[in-house]
Amino acid sequence: MVFRSLSFVAALLAGTMLAAVAANSGTVKVGVLQSLSGTMAISEVPLENAELLAIQQINASGGVLGETVVPVEEDGASDPAVFAQKATKLIEEDKVVTVFGGWTSASRKAMLPVFQKFNNLLWYPVQFEGNECSPNIMYSGAQPNQQALPALSWAEQRGYKRFYLIGSDYVYPRTANLILKKHITHSGLTLLGEDYVPLGGTDFSAVIAKIQQSKPDIIINTLNGDSNVSFFKQLAAAGLTPDKLPIMSFSIAEPEAKAMGPSLLAGSYTSWNYFEKLPGADNAAFVEAFQAKYGADAPVDDPMVHGYVDVFEWKKAVERAKSFDQQKVREAAVELGFRRSPLGLVKFADNQSLVQTGYIGQLQPDGQFKIVWHSTGTIDPQPYDPLNFPGKTCKLH
Amino acid sequence: MSETAFLLGQVFNGFSVASLFVLAALGLALSFGLMRVINMAHGEMLMLGGYLAYLTLHVVPGPLGIIVAMPVAFIGAGIIGGLLEWSVIHRLSSRPLDTLLATWGVSLILQQAARNVFGAIGVEVVAPDWLNHTVSISGGPLVGLNLPATRIFILLIAGVVLGGIALLLKKTRLGLFVRAVNQDRPIASAMGIDSRRIDLVVFALGTGIAGIAGVVLALLGPITPTVGQSYIVPAFLVVILGGLGSLTGTTVASLIIGFISAFAQIFLDVSVAQVVLLVFVILFIQVRPQGVIAVRSRALEE
Repeated sequence: MVFRSLSFVAALLAGTMLAAVAANSGTVKVGVLQSLSGTMAISEVPLENAELLAIQQINASGGVLGETVVPVEEDGASDPAVFAQKATKLIEEDKVVTVFGGWTSASRKAMLPVFQKFNNLLWYPVQFEGNECSPNIMYSGAQPNQQALPALSWAEQRGYKRFYLIGSDYVYPRTANLILKKHITHSGLTLLGEDYVPLGGTDFSAVIAKIQQSKPDIIINTLNGDSNVSFFKQLAAAGLTPDKLPIMSFSIAEPEAKAMGPSLLAGSYTSWNYFEKLPGADNAAFVEAFQAKYGADAPVDDPMVHGYVDVFEWKKAVERAKSFDQQKVREAAVELGFRRSPLGLVKFADNQSLVQTGYIGQLQPDGQFKIVWHSTGTIDPQPYDPLNFPGKTCKLH
Repeated sequence: MSETAFLLGQVFNGFSVASLFVLAALGLALSFGLMRVINMAHGEMLMLGGYLAYLTLHVVPGPLGIIVAMPVAFIGAGIIGGLLEWSVIHRLSSRPLDTLLATWGVSLILQQAARNVFGAIGVEVVAPDWLNHTVSISGGPLVGLNLPATRIFILLIAGVVLGGIALLLKKTRLGLFVRAVNQDRPIASAMGIDSRRIDLVVFALGTGIAGIAGVVLALLGPITPTVGQSYIVPAFLVVILGGLGSLTGTTVASLIIGFISAFAQIFLDVSVAQVVLLVFVILFIQVRPQGVIAVRSRALEE
């Protein structure tokens, strides 16, 4: 800890000196608001690292509109109320022009009124349940039709007809499954069962008995965090390894697979808009830069890359608008058109969500995902699923 | 899978869940019955046992590692429990609410310590090969019944621990002292029993059992800094439902809770099944506040 605070002081000093050097060309402050402590820190610290890397790269190539970008970091402490409070502080005291941050839907929902009140702009990088449409947020993470529904199309193409849904008991799995259920019955497929386990739940004996009895072709898994290890472990103990019973998960990316032990999860599937093994020079450059800065074995995942891409989209939007004004920036952001990124070709649509490609990966024993399927071209984001919210649209521009 | 096999499977799951609860709650029941302290850090003793299993398997890899881990976790958690009793609990013995807060504080300290040492992500204990299979019935009326070997193993461990504690309490001199202090502390002291030492021994024994519970938990899921939190509430439920401080009561209550959760989950979500379980316990306590088995004890009558 001593070393950390020392290096922190050093970084502060360096920052001040840099700021002093750059004083003649000016600086612009942006907020970076992630959980640096608490249960979510494990996911959000790497995401913040990716955002800071993007800011560093932008500064190295001359900044934005000639100004050096100064990140003001705040800790959301895995607590939605703290997120709201820190967002207020960033906007009111630090006068940041925009904020990159948030992970859980609860943190986003808590920050939303703050950004509306002060008319500032939040760049939110994580896949979520949709059903929200605010002019003060740029949603780059997947909408349900960019992650959950592609997974369903893939399963259908593979000939899987009988589905079993299992998830942790909170807003994302419930909403994602609500949408999935509608689409399963709409496509004439069979839903055998649906189960929710409290967050952090560890006993799956009854759920597994029901799965064994109903014999699904595939399980769609929206369990969060450590519950996954218990679930996969107890499935394996009951003889249902991923090669016998396919499992499609929505919350397991490279770092989770690495932490949980790839051997346990190997063979299972997951749906994202990014995998570390995605081909392309842009992704190779990003992975190389990230691992050069944060360690050769530092895994990268979908939300991190979305956080990274957000910072560059903001830069381009500012340059197009020739202004840091949030109203002009968000208008410019949706006019940028397709641009290359580690995610492939992406652009912000009129509803301020990202147009992007869907991928299905199969986990290999080395902890990396083999891409087994991708959507035909990019998928336009739909904040409101037409089957569940008929007639509801998100018009922002 | 036939209906009979499915139902029989749930009966087995009921026993299996109950065996975990017995192991998690036994120590709590012992110390609560004897000393009337609510040890909020009991869950962290489970966590400690889990991490000790993880460390033991690094030192003793191979098929017998998990067997070696049991006494290691028992002794390790027992020593920490003894230290906790000596340093905090007995100094606050006349102030039960302060004990509640102090042990809660200890629980937070232990969680953060585990987070700093082992990281926020859970560690994995890989079950040895001899536990890595499933007893499947492939013919007859019970076709499709699957009994994971780990679950059978945990049932056996719970049986051995229960039997051991029962023997200890019924047949040994120490057991006699424990029962005496439990029934009437001042008179037992007057008879020359060092009740202070009995408290310490029983508390350490109780946390040691929690350590064993931690080892078996490691066979079912990851060990995380907060793993104890998901077992502490059910453990308290078992203790209250069973009748404070009764060994038989704890066992019966574990079985009741195990069966309710196994059978409610056939028809309901796991989350909703927990609600059903809690409602049952509340209603039961309304009708029978003393729990399944009423213990006559001066300590509890005061």
